[in-house]
Amino acid sequence: MSQELIDLVVDMREEEAVKLAEKLLDEGVEPLSLLDDCRTALGIIGDRFAAGECFVPELILAGEMLRQIGAMVKPRLAAGGGEEQKKLGRIVFGTVEGDIHDIAKDIVVFMLDINGFEVMDLGVDVPVAKFVEAVKEFKPQVVGLSGFLTLAYDPMKNTVQALVDAGLRDSVKVMIGGGQMDDQVAAYAKADAYGKDAMAAVTLSKGWVGAK
Amino acid sequence: MPKPENFESLTPDQKRQARLDAWINHEGIEFKDPGAENSYRERARLFADVFQMKKPARVPVAIATGFAPFHYAGYSCKDAMYDTDKLGKAMKKFHVDFMPDTAASAGLYVPGQVLELLDYKLYHWPGHGVPENTSYQCAEAEFMKADEYGAYMSDPSDYFIRTYLPRVMGALGPWKELPPFTDLLELPFIPWGMLPFGLPHIQETFKKLMKAGELSLEWAGKVAAIDNDIVTSLGLPVYQGGFSKAPYDVIGDTLRGTRAMMLDTFRRKKEIIEAAERIVPFMVRMPYGAYRWGSSPTVFFPLHKGADSFMSPKVFKELYWPSFKAVMLELIKDGMIPFLFVEGSYNQRLDLITDPDIPAGSTIWYFDKTDMKEVKKHLEGWACFSGNFPSSLLKTGTVDQVKEHCTQLLDDLAGNGGYYMVNGAVLDEMNPENLHAYVETVKSYR
Repeated sequence: MSQELIDLVVDMREEEAVKLAEKLLDEGVEPLSLLDDCRTALGIIGDRFAAGECFVPELILAGEMLRQIGAMVKPRLAAGGGEEQKKLGRIVFGTVEGDIHDIAKDIVVFMLDINGFEVMDLGVDVPVAKFVEAVKEFKPQVVGLSGFLTLAYDPMKNTVQALVDAGLRDSVKVMIGGGQMDDQVAAYAKADAYGKDAMAAVTLSKGWVGAK
Repeated sequence: MPKPENFESLTPDQKRQARLDAWINHEGIEFKDPGAENSYRERARLFADVFQMKKPARVPVAIATGFAPFHYAGYSCKDAMYDTDKLGKAMKKFHVDFMPDTAASAGLYVPGQVLELLDYKLYHWPGHGVPENTSYQCAEAEFMKADEYGAYMSDPSDYFIRTYLPRVMGALGPWKELPPFTDLLELPFIPWGMLPFGLPHIQETFKKLMKAGELSLEWAGKVAAIDNDIVTSLGLPVYQGGFSKAPYDVIGDTLRGTRAMMLDTFRRKKEIIEAAERIVPFMVRMPYGAYRWGSSPTVFFPLHKGADSFMSPKVFKELYWPSFKAVMLELIKDGMIPFLFVEGSYNQRLDLITDPDIPAGSTIWYFDKTDMKEVKKHLEGWACFSGNFPSSLLKTGTVDQVKEHCTQLLDDLAGNGGYYMVNGAVLDEMNPENLHAYVETVKSYR
């Protein structure tokens, strides 16, 4: 573990963090431990985000640092090496039909992934049938519906209804989030909960799969 | 009420008053009947009082209108942007049936044919990238690359003509081959500068522009007639005047896109500050394009990238606020009224925006999801405020919930004046009964 690397990532010192990671790799440090450090740092950043001490740009830059360090680590992993991190659960996630907003969705998917979930990201403008199909195939515990506009209310409701019609509703918890969503809309769409941001989505999902 | 001859020598307060008086007295508008004229004056007066933090005769109510009029009339969002007859019918029906205290302009629903002709890439619109019954949506991309801040700043107009527009409008792609117009210096250079305009593929761009111009002109005439009919027959003033943007949002929305802009705040701070300063005069000039004496002196700013979750208060103060404030101060000096639509929330910024350099009574703050009790605490006595009636309630709530929430907001906020009611986010969908309850509850509130 490199406390220095963790601190640099947490402090948003991108250039120094990437340089240090490179140096550590050249010195022969176990490549996977760098990813663990990044994950530790992202945990701290996530907590700060939840506490209102840092903001979306920090999450995005943290993701960017992880991407760069990940790209350096990858070629150095022995083939087949590196045990898979144990996943907390599976989540199907997407921006509902008619809505093409992806930024918030991408951040939520990223934070869910970092926090140990296996996420199937269906993208934006996702037709109702595609959600149903994904739930059948991927068997998630949680479905996340993202939407920015008031026009997303009905597609959200229709998506939940389609899960009911397919007999899948009881097998999943449904959370919604995005620009004009709130508890009122969650009730309207018959979702289980509204999450106000990426960390709320993590907390909700962890609660539903019984993880801490 | 013509423009006073000594207008230029008036103080900013006097200029604002003169502009508001001209708006209330509807310079240049002929009404269908005296009733409509009176109703227009009364309503404009309600808003003018509120803008200047006075207590109005009653609290006025506005509807921030997205595509709701079209759903309500049984038309699609595509109809709004492709069929001016349906556009006119839907707008009229919506205003006749709901009668808010201000009219929304049909000019918000721009012609899809023009966007298609130009192959405009920054947005998707109904039937073109998003379903026919969905509103237009921004499809951000890095139309300005990270290493182009310098090129933009050295000559924004040249950058727009030869770099930005060719990227954001497919039809103008060939303009990237044009030489800079600043080369046209003396007689010997003229024909060389003209050469590109003889090339067929460059000529094609101008043919498309001319066609887009014709279509836009035709559309604008129809839209003006639609607006004029609503204003002069129903007596509803249009309170939204010109349009401008915070310079940071020009970079974030128009040029760089949200994600790239957020990374720039760490990597290119100095360039953001310089570029934002460079943009200030353009954003001061922009609202005058739509303004004529007697129209509403408000200048609408949709504020995007400075919201609570998008940056820390520290970054807001450093990167977002200074250039934005500079634009507002210039407009205020000329008696124009910055009308600030805070999308998302500003819960962490209320002490920052109540900047003592901004004179009291010179701005209008319209909030989406900010805590309105805190807004009142911070803004009362400094500026007019409005907003945060949840658009979700108008679609998904009950009539009783709508009435209750309206009354609660009015009880909490309206007591000392300087407040009007408006839903927090533009309305695409709603339950008509709820919208009636919303308008009537506010109108009958005393």
